[in-house]
Amino acid sequence: MAQDALNRWWWPSLMMFGPNDEQSPHSVQSMKWKIKRFTNDELRQKFVDVCKEQADILGITIPDPDLKWNKEREHYDFGEINWGEFWNVIKGNGPCNKERLAARVKAHEDGAWVREASLVYAAKHKNKTSDKEVILETV
Amino acid sequence: MDPQKEEPLWEVFIRSRQGLEHKHAGSLHAADAQMAIENARDVYTRRMEGVSIWVVESKYIHSTNPDEAESFFEPANDKIYRHPTFYDLPDELKYM
Amino acid sequence: MHSKPTNIDRNYLVDYTLHLADSSLIMGHRLSEWTGHGPMLEQDIAISNIALDLIGQARNFYQYAADIENSKNTEKKVTEDDLAYLRDTFEFKNLLITELPNGDWAQTIGKMFFFSAWQFYFYQKLIYSSDKQVSAIAEKSLKEVTYHVKWSGDWVMRLGDGTEESRERMDAAIDYLWPYTGEMFVPAQFELNHEQQVTIDVRSIKKNWLDKVKGVLAEATLTVPEDAWMQSGSKKGVHTEHLGYILAEMQYMQRTYPGLEW
Repeated sequence: MAQDALNRWWWPSLMMFGPNDEQSPHSVQSMKWKIKRFTNDELRQKFVDVCKEQADILGITIPDPDLKWNKEREHYDFGEINWGEFWNVIKGNGPCNKERLAARVKAHEDGAWVREASLVYAAKHKNKTSDKEVILETV
Repeated sequence: MDPQKEEPLWEVFIRSRQGLEHKHAGSLHAADAQMAIENARDVYTRRMEGVSIWVVESKYIHSTNPDEAESFFEPANDKIYRHPTFYDLPDELKYM
Repeated sequence: MHSKPTNIDRNYLVDYTLHLADSSLIMGHRLSEWTGHGPMLEQDIAISNIALDLIGQARNFYQYAADIENSKNTEKKVTEDDLAYLRDTFEFKNLLITELPNGDWAQTIGKMFFFSAWQFYFYQKLIYSSDKQVSAIAEKSLKEVTYHVKWSGDWVMRLGDGTEESRERMDAAIDYLWPYTGEMFVPAQFELNHEQQVTIDVRSIKKNWLDKVKGVLAEATLTVPEDAWMQSGSKKGVHTEHLGYILAEMQYMQRTYPGLEW
């Protein structure tokens, strides 16, 4: 089961770190503003190194034939990510994305009457609340 | 009695049990103050007992403009006589 | 939380704690179905947190039930997970109202309000139970439930005294739920051991509950239903068709992979 899961999720996990640094338009500004401390590629490399070690200990194999220790860099070299798939996913072309957005839209539309009720109630009672302190326990 | 089309936005400030001041925790939407406080408890505190929550509608908060920060604040740094460290204290003063 | 039950005959105590555990678990499970689908982000979070509170209560009661069972039975040991995941519908003792479908926001709020008001008066008395563990769980739960009643009561008022549509929906919800409120105050056999002062008499909290409910409904400009034919049976393991579906989903993993661990 664990090997199955790794086979299925390894590449999507690497994709989660985002595009390569050259193609990451916001990274420069984010790092200038100090809200991002490491680049996408730096984090991705760290992730690969850490996971390879753990996979070895657990006795499972990372599904990348190009995964190899590089003595000079002192890091693992790894295979190329399927960038076509990556850009499709983040542009929202995947089936899960459609489903997820549909669910959020439905929740929002179905909830319209609830939000409306709370606004009407608030307006009705606006003049009644003179006390600025709200009491949380009133039972 | 014409209700707005959307719940207004509120800023939430929370003082923890050991704290001395209310800190900005975030913002949320609510129809009125009662709801805003309950939402603040649910979203930002949950199980923390003895906290104090302030909510203010965002539209009532006025702030400085970050672009003007330089001209607004820097001159104060130039006026060195406004900083207590500018002054030399006589040696006899032990407990300042 | 572990403690040793005394030598007094404790058979009824297992049923009692299971009844309380099951009710909290099934209600918590139903409320969690709103996660990701709430009418507003803040309410989504609120109701999910309330569900977590209830599941926490359920765990406390299941753990105690397991302790009592294990103290009687030296061979096969049960855990809280066994009790929650391996019993079938006819062994569950949750109140019927907890297993009803969520319906729309009004129906869920109605369910929550009726149930948490019951829990409030119930735990308020249960903290005086002569059983220390039961009393402790009741005390901890009472704090959470106090907020649940307030939160759901406020929503009853917003919906009742909101728009025409919200009032209609709230009215419909109350009509639907009312027949399931009667059994909250009808004691089962395992609740009638009052000499030992462990359990409470649910008949004694009916008036408090009615006063509270009627008060909130009146303020919400809603009508209180006439006394209807009341549904019952949950404490004997007789449930609506809904519980089967809930358990099928909830127990799937444990039953397919018995004894599985992380």
